[in-house]
Amino acid sequence: MWNYIKLAALAAIAIAAAIAANYARDLAYLVNAVTVMLAAAATFLWVLRQTDEPVRPEPMHEYNDGVIRAGVIATALWGVVGFLVGVTIAFQLAFPSLNFSDITQGYLNFGRLRPLHTSAVIFAFGGNALICTSFYVVQRTSAARLWGGNLAWFVFWGYQLVIVLAATGYVLGATQSKEYAEPEWYVDWWLTIVWVAYLAVFLGTIIKRKEPHIYVANWFYLSFIVTIAMLHLVNNISIPVSVFGSKSVQLFSGVQDAMTQWWYGHNAVGFFLTAGFLGMMYYFVPKQAERPVYSYKLSIIHFWALIFLYIWAGPHHLHYTALPDWASTLGMVFSIILWMPSWGGMINGLMTLSGAWDKLRTDPILRMMVVSIGFYGMSTFEGPMMSIKAVNSLSHYTDWTIGHVHSGALGWNGMITFGALYFLVPKLWNRERLYSLSLVSWHFWLATIGIVLYAASMWVTGIMEGLMWREVDSQGFLVNAFADTVAAKFPMYVVRGLGGVLFLAGACIMVYNLWATVAKQEGPAPLAAAVPAE
Amino acid sequence: MDIYSLLREFADSWVLLAMTCFFLAVVIWAFRPGSWAIHRDVADIPFRHEDRPATTDVVAKEVGK
Repeated sequence: MWNYIKLAALAAIAIAAAIAANYARDLAYLVNAVTVMLAAAATFLWVLRQTDEPVRPEPMHEYNDGVIRAGVIATALWGVVGFLVGVTIAFQLAFPSLNFSDITQGYLNFGRLRPLHTSAVIFAFGGNALICTSFYVVQRTSAARLWGGNLAWFVFWGYQLVIVLAATGYVLGATQSKEYAEPEWYVDWWLTIVWVAYLAVFLGTIIKRKEPHIYVANWFYLSFIVTIAMLHLVNNISIPVSVFGSKSVQLFSGVQDAMTQWWYGHNAVGFFLTAGFLGMMYYFVPKQAERPVYSYKLSIIHFWALIFLYIWAGPHHLHYTALPDWASTLGMVFSIILWMPSWGGMINGLMTLSGAWDKLRTDPILRMMVVSIGFYGMSTFEGPMMSIKAVNSLSHYTDWTIGHVHSGALGWNGMITFGALYFLVPKLWNRERLYSLSLVSWHFWLATIGIVLYAASMWVTGIMEGLMWREVDSQGFLVNAFADTVAAKFPMYVVRGLGGVLFLAGACIMVYNLWATVAKQEGPAPLAAAVPAE
Repeated sequence: MDIYSLLREFADSWVLLAMTCFFLAVVIWAFRPGSWAIHRDVADIPFRHEDRPATTDVVAKEVGK
């Protein structure tokens, strides 16, 4: 019966999407509507084939790992796509002719591809990593199967649809021009539905847990899910111009809109890229080091301090603007206080290895995780420093900011995700070990050197352009035109692009290694004897 | 009360104070007597149910023995 309701709903969605495509007022909306129609039709066929088939009972004595395997594949592939777009736009900045504006009519120029890159790495690569690792961790630490049966699959496929709609929309010009929140209104609505389902699966599993305590990693994951829901709703309050068009108008205006946007933007960093990934750290680092976390008390304090401090830090993106002075000072002060709990967490992660430091020599996966925690510490020092008004007056609008973001994103988020993927694939596909540890070492060094090239060149070029912009002669006139700074930055842009190439090459090696782990190694022999029921 | 004043109450007045007090209480709670054994037990959770869910409720270890 339930399947018939689903079929009716999917048919209705497909037809509504077809009608919407017919009335579409712009190209992005048209393509997105056709995408929705195809997705609904494909799901319709899939449900149809399941209908009136014998239903197998859910194996409650096993973990639900199928959706995690899909998430691992999606993470690895979206990662390569996101890094590739990143390398492309890095070279577009160095060599503007690579925009190919004559051929592509501007559809693939820097302005369109840049949000594609940020969304692909943050939401497609990072988001899939967070969803699949959170499903893995919450099951293992709750000793319970995922709640909600196939709802987890709805979360997975629904989230992929968000990514595809957003990505095609950007290239075709649908954007509400809010950084990291570019998708237009209907994608926002769909993401809200998917996110509520995600929260239900995660929270449902925690509620039916068999362990009396909720392990700290789950606290971090849960705060990530809840806070992102809140941020997403408040920052996307907009009214569509037409039901059949992608354009919408923000309800907030002026400085309120800017403040809401950076309250969202900084907490996307704080809760998506920090809290969620700290959940990964608190599970995978102890597992890989085979020892419990250094101090559980410190992890509790780390958690609550981050929760209470991060939410205030947003105004530091709006120093010297129309924002009231007290608000930007408040943001600066809380950003600086934030340094302490961040380093508390870093120390907690690193000291988990105390007594097991020798493993760093033999285990490149652990090395990756340790370097990632090191980058976490480095960027959580750099961030508070850059939030100080005097420093910000030099660093703001320069490439120093881009360098800061990438030492955090490539170093901390990228490396901890790679470590988690290397940990997960042999476990999820039942292989004894990874295909090749020396390939992991290659990945490690390519990625690390790539990040160093990236961050160092951005520091140099950022501080250089900041100094050039403010340089005045004895008469008080500005010495440099804007184009002078652009010309001076060229060598550093090339170095940055090369750093990106190294990082991308490492990720491609990882994808091959993970594929070979599954495809080129024998699985365990099937059990001959029947296993007694437990 | 207009929105600006309301938000300002949140940002630099009594809500800020209340949140700070809550945070300090959490820290003190983490250091309560007897928490050491509980936390050592909780820190071991990732090493217990790697392969399959627990069939019965895991009983918390008796504290203080």
